[in-house]
Amino acid sequence: MQILQLKETVSFMKYRKFAMIFSALLMMAAVYSLAVNKLNFGLDFTGGTLIEVGFEEAADLQKLRQLMEDNNHEDAKVQFYGSSRDVVIRLGLRGDVKAEMLGNEILAILEEGTHQKVDMRRIEFVGASVGDELAEQGGLAMLTALICILVYVAFRFEWRFAVGSVVALFHDVLLTLGLFSFLKLEFDLTVLAAILAVIGYSLNDTIVVSDRIRENFRKIRDTSAEEIINMSLTQTLSRTIITSITTLLVLAALFWKGGTLIHGFATALLFGVFVGTYSSIYVASLVALGLGISREDLIPEVIEKEGEEQEEMMP
Amino acid sequence: MLNKYPLWKTLMVALIVALGALYATPNLYGEDPAVQVSGLRGVEANLTTLDTIKGQLTENNIEYASVVLEDGQILTRFRNTEDQLKARDVLDDSLGDEYSVALNLTPATPDWLASIGGTPMKLGLDLSGGVSFLMEVNMQEAINKAKVGMVGDFRGDLLNEKIRYRSVKDEGDVITVKFRKIEDLEQGLSLLKKRYNELLFNSDDDTLTLTAQMTEAKLKEIQEYALQQNITIIRNRVNELGVAEPLVQRQGKKHIVIELPGVQDTAKAKEILNATATIEFRLVDTEGDLSAALNGRIPPSSILLTDKNGQPTLLNKRIMLTGDHITDATSGFDEYSRPQVNISLDSAGGSKMSNGTKSNIGKPMATVFIEYKPTERRDPEGNIIFEKVQEVISVATIQARLGKTFRITGSGSQAEAHNLALLLRAGALIAPITIVEERTVGPTLGAENVQLGFQAILIGFGLVFLFMAIYYRAFGLVANVALLANLVLIVGIMSLIPGATLTLPGMAGIVLTVGMAVDANVLIFERIREEIREGKTIQQAIHQGYEAAFSTIIDANITTLIAALILFAVGTGPVKGFAVTLSIGIITSMFTSVIASRTIVNSIWGGKRLEKLSI
Repeated sequence: MQILQLKETVSFMKYRKFAMIFSALLMMAAVYSLAVNKLNFGLDFTGGTLIEVGFEEAADLQKLRQLMEDNNHEDAKVQFYGSSRDVVIRLGLRGDVKAEMLGNEILAILEEGTHQKVDMRRIEFVGASVGDELAEQGGLAMLTALICILVYVAFRFEWRFAVGSVVALFHDVLLTLGLFSFLKLEFDLTVLAAILAVIGYSLNDTIVVSDRIRENFRKIRDTSAEEIINMSLTQTLSRTIITSITTLLVLAALFWKGGTLIHGFATALLFGVFVGTYSSIYVASLVALGLGISREDLIPEVIEKEGEEQEEMMP
Repeated sequence: MLNKYPLWKTLMVALIVALGALYATPNLYGEDPAVQVSGLRGVEANLTTLDTIKGQLTENNIEYASVVLEDGQILTRFRNTEDQLKARDVLDDSLGDEYSVALNLTPATPDWLASIGGTPMKLGLDLSGGVSFLMEVNMQEAINKAKVGMVGDFRGDLLNEKIRYRSVKDEGDVITVKFRKIEDLEQGLSLLKKRYNELLFNSDDDTLTLTAQMTEAKLKEIQEYALQQNITIIRNRVNELGVAEPLVQRQGKKHIVIELPGVQDTAKAKEILNATATIEFRLVDTEGDLSAALNGRIPPSSILLTDKNGQPTLLNKRIMLTGDHITDATSGFDEYSRPQVNISLDSAGGSKMSNGTKSNIGKPMATVFIEYKPTERRDPEGNIIFEKVQEVISVATIQARLGKTFRITGSGSQAEAHNLALLLRAGALIAPITIVEERTVGPTLGAENVQLGFQAILIGFGLVFLFMAIYYRAFGLVANVALLANLVLIVGIMSLIPGATLTLPGMAGIVLTVGMAVDANVLIFERIREEIREGKTIQQAIHQGYEAAFSTIIDANITTLIAALILFAVGTGPVKGFAVTLSIGIITSMFTSVIASRTIVNSIWGGKRLEKLSI
C-alpha cells in the first residue's frame, strides 16, 4: 500500500516566503499570548494545595463551595474532575504554620459537611520554594538539552544544520507554549516533560531530513542547493508522514484513554508532533538554506567510499 | 551472499530477546498479601521472634503460606487478605513495641525466578497508592547551632588555659574574641589556631580582638552532616510508623525525599515527620524573683519560660543537658499509674547529668521541650524562617543523683508521654526540617491509573500493529514482531534495574516509544521501496535499505536520547518516571528495529532469488 507516490519533486522551497511569514506570524501570536495570558502554571510551579475526592453520588458544587466558605477557605476553587462524582478543590499558598496539613483538614470538613464517606483520591501540596526551584530547573533542563543537541548536530553534520535544527526546536517549543497559554490549559510538570519529548521528536524528524540533504549533496553534482533540498524533502516526505501517523495514533490513544492526569501531556505532544513535522520540513531547511548551505560544506575532507561511515558506527 | 547473518549472530539476538522475556515474566505473577515484622531501636528480628510469630499464628488458627527471616525482617505470607489482617492484629498485640508490624504486598515470584534475580517492576506511588514527601533542611539553623557550640568551646579553652579575655561573641559571619592585654591576645590566638584548623583566624593588635571565620569546607561539612543526621532520624521515625518498604533518600543539597507506599493516613505521618523537637534539662531558678521577671526584669543568668497552660517558670540560663545525649526513650507508667517517660543517655550525657544533679538534690529541675515551627517568613535567600517555641513540659524534684537512666513523670496524658518518647527516641534534630511538598494518591486512583495506563498501551499498540500490517504487508509483520520484542525488553530491563519504577507518565513514555520506534522501520522500508523503484535487485535493495538508514537512525535516536537523559538528570518524581522509560525505550528500539528486524528479514528472505517482495 502507498499513501504518496510522488513521481515529481515537490518544489517546497518555492513556498518558502509563505512558510516564513506563516511561522513568523504564529511565533508572534505565541509571544503575544504568553505576554497577555501568561502560562496557567499548575500547582507544581505555583505552590498550594490540591485535593481530589470521589463522592458516592453526583456532587453539588454550590454546596461544597458554601462548605469551604463556612470554614474560612474563601479562596477555594471547587471543580468537577472528569466526572460529576469526582471533585477537585484547589487552594492557594497559605502562610499557615501547618500548610501541609491543609489537605487533611479539607477532607475532614467534607466528611463532616456532607455526612458521607468521601473517597480520598489524591492530595498534593507544594511549598512556595519548590515551585520556584522547579521553574528554574525546568528552564535549565530545556537550555541544557538545546545546547547539547546543538553541539552534537554541529559535530555530526555542520554548523548550519545545527543552527537550523535548534531554531526549529525553539519554534516548536514556543508554539506549544503559546497554545497552552492561548487555551489557558494548565501547565504542569508532565507538560514540561511532554515539551522535552516534543524536542526529541521534532529533532528526530529534522535529522532524518538533514541526513538526506547531506547524502544528496554528496551524490548529485551541479544542482542548486534549493533543488537538492526540494529533492530530499520529497524523498523523505512519505516516511515523515507515516511516522507522524503512527505517533499521532498512539497519542490519540493516550489522549482519549489515558485519563485526566495525562491529558495535558497528550495535548502538548499531539500539537508538538504536528508542529515538529512542519518545522522539520520548513523551518530547519530554510535556516540552513538561508545561511548558505552548499556542497563544499558537506564534502568530507577524505573522500570515503560509500558505506564506510556506517561501518564505523557498527558495534 | 547478501543478507545472511552467521548463525551465532541470529542466536545472539534470539538469546537477548529470550533473556528480556525471562526477566519480564515476574510481572505476570501478581502479589501475595503479607505481614512484615521488623525490629525497632536496635532490636533485630531473629529466630526467636520467628518462633514467637509461628506460635501466635498457630494458636489463633491463622493459616499462613510461609514465614521467612531475611535481613533482620520477618515476612509472613498469607493466602488471603482476611488472614493477613487478622494476623497483623494478633502480632501487633503480642510482639509489643519493640517491633513494628506492617501490612505488605509481596511479589509472588516463583523461587526459581527469584533465585536468578527476577523481580517484578516497582510501581510508583501514583500507581500503587501512598504518599511521598519532600522535606527541606534549614541549613542556616544548622550553621547557627554550630557557631553557638563554638562560642562555648572558645570560652572553655581559654578558661582552661587561664588566658583572660573580655568577651567571646558570635557576630554573624565571624566569632570575635576581645582581650585586655596584647600577651593574652597572642597566647589566645596561638592556642585557638592550634585547636581549630578548620577556621580562619585574623587578629587586630590595636583593638585587641581576634576573629574566627568558618572555611567553605567547614560550612559544607556542617550542612552535609545536618542532612545525613536528618536522614538517619527520619529513617528511625519512618520505621516507627510501621510502613512496609519505605524509602528515605537525599535529593540535592538540602532536600530529603520520603516515600511511604500504601499509607493513607497522612496526618499522623506528617505530624511525626514534621515535629523537629529536642529537649533540654535546666535547673529551676529558685532564687530569682518571678514577679519582677514577669515585669521584664529577668535576672541576667536566667530565662523565663511558660508551660502549655501559660504558667511561667524562671530557669537557669545554663543548660544542664541537651537532648542529643539521649539514646532511648520509652513511655510507661509509674507505681501510681501515672504516665512517665523513661530516658537513657549516652556515657557523656550520663556524667553530665550526674555532675549537674549531685549538688542539687531536692531542687526542682525542668524539662524544656523545644520545637522549631516553620513560619511564613523567609530570609533573603528564600529559606523558611523557623521560630523556636520553648515550653516547660515538666518540673520535677531531683530525688537522687541521676545517671545514665532516669524517668520524668507528670508530662500529661499517656498519649502525650508516648508521643514525647517517640520524638526523643528519634534523637535531637540538629537542624529543623519542613515538609515542602506532599503527594498522596489514594488506592482507588492508583488502581484506576494502572488500568488507564495499560489501556492506553494496548490501544496504542493495536493501532500501530494494524497500520503497519496493512501498509507494509509481510515486512509490516516483521516490524510488529520487533515492536513486541521491544516491549518485552523494556519491561525486562525495567524489572532488572533496581532503581527503576513504573509511573503513569512512565507508561505514557512507553506508548510514545511505541509510536516512535516504528520510525526506524519506516525509514528502512521506505528506503527499500526506493531502491527497488530505482531498479536494484531485491537482495541489493534490502541490503542497501538497512545500510543507508542505519546512520540516520543512530543520529536521530542519539539526539532524542540526549533530551531523555537530561530529563532524567534534572527531573524528579513523575518526570523522572517518564524519562526512565523513554531512555530505555530508545535504546531497546534501536536494537529491535534495526538488528532484530534485520535478523528476521535475513532468515526469511535472505540469500534467496526473489522476483517480488511483500513490502
